[in-house]
Amino acid sequence: MGHGMHMGAIRFFAFTLSKIFKSLFKSVCVNEDGMQKLQQAIQEHPVVLLPSHRSYMDFLLLSYVSYTYDLALPVIAAGIDFLGMKIVGELLRKSGAFFMRRTFGGNKLYWAVFAEYVKSILKNGYAPVEFYLEGTRSRTAKTLSPKFGLLNIVMDPFFKREVFDIYLVPVSISYERVLEEFLYAYELLGVPKPKESTSGLLKARKILNEDFGSIHVYFGQPVSLRTLEAGRMNRYPFNLVPRHVPQKPSEEIQKFVSDVAYKMELLQIENMVLNPWMLISAILLQNLPAIDFELLVEKTLWLKNLTQIFGGFLDWPDNLCASKAVRSALALHSNIASLVNGQVILNNKEMGFVTTEEPIFRRALFILLCGSYRNQLLNIFVRPALVAIALQITHSSRKEEVYNHFSFWRDIFSEEFIFFPGISLKDFEEGCFLLTKCGAIQDTPQQIFVTEKGSTVIAFLNAMFKPFVEGYQIICRYLSNETNEAFTEKHFVFGVRSLASQLLETGSTHCYEVLSSDMQKNALAALVRLGMVARMKTTDGFTYRVNKESLNKTAGMFESRIPVRKAVAARL
Amino acid sequence: MAAAAAPGGGGSDGFQTAAHRRLRILSGHLRSASETYLSASQCRGRTVATPEGSQSGTFPKRRQEILKWNGWGYNDSKFIFNKKGQGEFTGKRYRIGGLIFPLLKDWVEKNLGGSLEHKTTPKASLNISDVPPSIASEEFLQDLQNAKISYTQEAESRLFRAHGHCLHEIFLLREGMFKRVPDVVVWPECHDDVVKIVEIACKHNICIIPYGGGTSVTSALECPADEKRTIVSLDTSQMNRIHWIDEKNLTAHVDAGIVGQDLERQLGESGYCTGHEPDSIEFSTLGGWVATRASGMKKNIYGNIEDLVVHIKMVTPRGVIQKSCQGPRMSTGPDIHHFILGSEGILGVITEVTIKIRPVPEYQKYGSVVFPNFEKGVACLREVAKQRCAPASIRLMDNAQFQFGYALKPQVASIFTSLLDGLKKFYITKFKGFDPNVLCVATLVFEGSREKVLQHEKQVYDIAAKFGGLAAGEDNGQRGYMLTFIIAYLRDFGMDYYLIGESFETSVPWDRTVDLCKNVKERIARECKEKGVQFPPFATCRVTQMYDSGACVYFYLGFNYRGISDPVRVYEEIETAAREEILANGGSLSHHHGVGKLRKQWLKECVSDVGFGMLKSIKQFVDPNNIFGSGNLL
Ligand SMILES: Cc1cc2nc3c(=O)[nH]c(=O)nc-3n(C[C@H](O)[C@H](O)[C@H](O)COP(=O)(O)OP(=O)(O)OC[C@H]3O[C@@H](n4cnc5c(N)ncnc54)[C@H](O)[C@@H]3O)c2cc1C
Repeated sequence: MGHGMHMGAIRFFAFTLSKIFKSLFKSVCVNEDGMQKLQQAIQEHPVVLLPSHRSYMDFLLLSYVSYTYDLALPVIAAGIDFLGMKIVGELLRKSGAFFMRRTFGGNKLYWAVFAEYVKSILKNGYAPVEFYLEGTRSRTAKTLSPKFGLLNIVMDPFFKREVFDIYLVPVSISYERVLEEFLYAYELLGVPKPKESTSGLLKARKILNEDFGSIHVYFGQPVSLRTLEAGRMNRYPFNLVPRHVPQKPSEEIQKFVSDVAYKMELLQIENMVLNPWMLISAILLQNLPAIDFELLVEKTLWLKNLTQIFGGFLDWPDNLCASKAVRSALALHSNIASLVNGQVILNNKEMGFVTTEEPIFRRALFILLCGSYRNQLLNIFVRPALVAIALQITHSSRKEEVYNHFSFWRDIFSEEFIFFPGISLKDFEEGCFLLTKCGAIQDTPQQIFVTEKGSTVIAFLNAMFKPFVEGYQIICRYLSNETNEAFTEKHFVFGVRSLASQLLETGSTHCYEVLSSDMQKNALAALVRLGMVARMKTTDGFTYRVNKESLNKTAGMFESRIPVRKAVAARL
Repeated sequence: MAAAAAPGGGGSDGFQTAAHRRLRILSGHLRSASETYLSASQCRGRTVATPEGSQSGTFPKRRQEILKWNGWGYNDSKFIFNKKGQGEFTGKRYRIGGLIFPLLKDWVEKNLGGSLEHKTTPKASLNISDVPPSIASEEFLQDLQNAKISYTQEAESRLFRAHGHCLHEIFLLREGMFKRVPDVVVWPECHDDVVKIVEIACKHNICIIPYGGGTSVTSALECPADEKRTIVSLDTSQMNRIHWIDEKNLTAHVDAGIVGQDLERQLGESGYCTGHEPDSIEFSTLGGWVATRASGMKKNIYGNIEDLVVHIKMVTPRGVIQKSCQGPRMSTGPDIHHFILGSEGILGVITEVTIKIRPVPEYQKYGSVVFPNFEKGVACLREVAKQRCAPASIRLMDNAQFQFGYALKPQVASIFTSLLDGLKKFYITKFKGFDPNVLCVATLVFEGSREKVLQHEKQVYDIAAKFGGLAAGEDNGQRGYMLTFIIAYLRDFGMDYYLIGESFETSVPWDRTVDLCKNVKERIARECKEKGVQFPPFATCRVTQMYDSGACVYFYLGFNYRGISDPVRVYEEIETAAREEILANGGSLSHHHGVGKLRKQWLKECVSDVGFGMLKSIKQFVDPNNIFGSGNLL
């Protein structure tokens, strides 16, 4: 732990960084007005930068951007695994990064010292503090549920009025192509991740010759913590204990911190720049194994329109005709998909990363890879999509019934997607509003009707989220059929994987994404939260036990969907 | 403000006072036999029902004869801009009378956007018919007459007692009218009179609001607008005798209506003082101090009012409450004095108090220290508190207040002084590198024997030096204290030019002091902006008192209300926000001003439901029919 800012190191670092960035990326785009607001905010109050986390590049990038704009380099609270990267680690430290262990375990002293350290940096206000709400890099490119520990720490000086206010600045970083795309896909499939090391990064040297497209860094409007808090909390939770004595945050504070975390992540999502390739990925995944190029272009245009209606912040190359735009996206991602004889296909070639690459594994690899781009659309689409799913499942137009199903799925998917806690009805209304806006439904006080042309949208949305719905169904099936006794997460992951492999081999499902450990873990967490699985602490971690009764009760809701399996992907 | 700067007596010495003086001289001869002074202990002879003419203390029954009816202090004393557009203070009561303040105008223009051209036009004089008519039954008045209680229903006198000195109250006097004012003013002359009045009030179910000096800044004296009963303002000003002085135990027994300056002057004649010097000492009364838990500037030596009182007598609807002896400390359950201290007139009338006295100190010396910044200054005060070597008074002003004080520098007579000033300024800013826009000043008062004072002074300055403090002379110190007793005159002055202002205070643990000051000022600035105040406000603070574990912080807030249609409401919203900020920063609801009606809304959360219930049950027992119905606190 610790950092020391040395100007020399910073300059050298900046020089190296600009070299790296220039050779890897076409361009780094920063929203100027956001940058100006940030500069203003830094003059006023301590600032906390909250970037999205998709790549190791993230913090290098923010330091680089800060340097370029003459801002004090942010002080970074990053995962300890950087320390493995000797040279880079040292450079990072010299240029302002400091590190924390991923988990503190029971080490209270470490946590206390660390917390004090972060706070004193914040209170001094010389430089912004930066950390990732998501805690770790998202391997799926979907925003991860927020972690609260660090947020708690940085909010504390405000709660205790050691500072007048704190600005929270959501930063959305989106890559046209993520450096670690393949690594992530492997990791999700259970191939252990290589320990971060300088040589590892250097081995990536060959990467330096590749083109990773552009990066968009969007600095959101600084959010005043004081404004968020106004009138929300009991005024005097800290008056009776000296401020330096750490206190366990009250429930009220925990709730507030959690709300702030979700709010900031939703802002990240809102400001995230989307690109044509994400649209293409979404379409491609619904049209496997191949799709006619012209049709792809047509559908991409259609989806572009829908995305914009849903409020997606799309960076579309206006100077290019649609077909050129699609072509150039395909070119950038030629390692994932290829254009062969007028057909666009998902690649399927051996990567040689691991020795045994079974066909299913290989297929899954590319689907997850492609999925990681589609995933970046999902949080924009999820509210209307869950309404669409509910409409499809219930076959009903009674609003109440549709809402019940919506709520059910929203609840189930609360680990998978980012929902502000406790506002199911509002989310439903927003979903309905967006579907109405794109003409897919007619929304009356009691009922919801799918319009004639709306069925295309409804079908598309259903297909878009099908991997999740189906994946969760398979996982539930595994749990209700196969386990009777306490099991570990490892056991669970292994079990789901082998069941899924079987199903995939026999062709009784096409849901490759259920092989993703991310989905498996999310589903398990959801089932624990909903009481269908009990979690017990043991000396070395946790064990789980299925609560058959409540799992079966809920299964109805899940199962109602399985027979509806339409063989063909909906035509647009 | 020091007693030395207080004005001389306002009224002519009537027969009564002369008699007292004679008595005192007489008893002086007897001193060797008994060191207790004698005094008339019964009520004086009385003139029935006519307030005119009868007077005994500094202030006549018709206070408006010498005091402003719509502002602070004496009729003849006020700030004006003279023909040359320079600030000037009129009258001869104060040392600054007739002096010119050449820097004031500039300061007002620069800091508040005030201007000589933009003047307000308050009511020139009171329109009697605006005052709500007096409602009182004949039977009640008859009972008062029978009991030989002096009273009046005159509109001017009633209005005079309808308020304290909150901004909104003064603003209403200038530009509006209270919905409700007292219906009758009564002047008891002794404890027994009060007993009679309270009996009569209980009999007729009448609401009594005790009135001391009228310097309340918490809306405590305001009549509840919805009070349907007759409201009687019980003016204690005629209960103003010192009954006896006990030199063996160093105590004095005094009527609660005595005004601070009279008390100190009269004790001074025998070589004593109480040392209790709130900034309102010219007007506030002993009973008022007890009723509000007042704090005096020199509490470091003499203590706050609760440390000073030895015995209290109070008349309640249930009867008289007092203790059976004057032991210096007792373990007899919760101290009943503490039900009375801070009771803000809702339990009864404090009539007599035995108070500690001290010999008048032989030597007094002002001083000042400049610190490079406020944080350093607070750190120094904290250290002084830790070493328990606080001077009689020590106050740390922030930069804005320092500059304000500077703007109140009177024109100097000799070139030499101004040259010296220049040199001093040069030394501090150029040579020592203090930033004139950051530095801050502590003002000090030392008291004691000459030798001890000089020793003490050195000790404190040595500590200050450790925190980068530089001694900055006696003059600066003295001017600092002057500021605090002319501030209320300045407020009236500002109101003539669209500038409104007020002060409020809190107490806070040492470690939160700096943050609280910063945050409250920032909050004020923010609120002003949001509420459409056109010019940046004057928000400044000083640490005025220190304790072992914390400090008292005092804020001034002023702003230019041009362009705002409802300035008082805007001001109150801002003060409310500032108070919320104080509470959230670990500050108290009040250090010495009290709660009154102004801060009622927070009392419960500040003392917990149970604590609040305790207070309520005391009120319920002592005054079940809410005779003392001013509606303060609860
Ligand atoms: C310019 C200025 C400076 C001030 N400086 C200080 C300061 O340095 N320290 C400080 O502590 N306060 C200060 N105050 C506040 C005020 O002076 C005190 O609260 C003071 O104690 C009030 O005394 P009073 O005699 O004027 O009482 P009033 O204002 O007449 O009454 C105050 C309250 O006490 C009640 N009361 C008065 N007399 C009696 C009685 N005999 N029995 C029962 N209840 C009674 C009233 O009903 C009312 O609720 C200041 C006020 C002003 C305007």
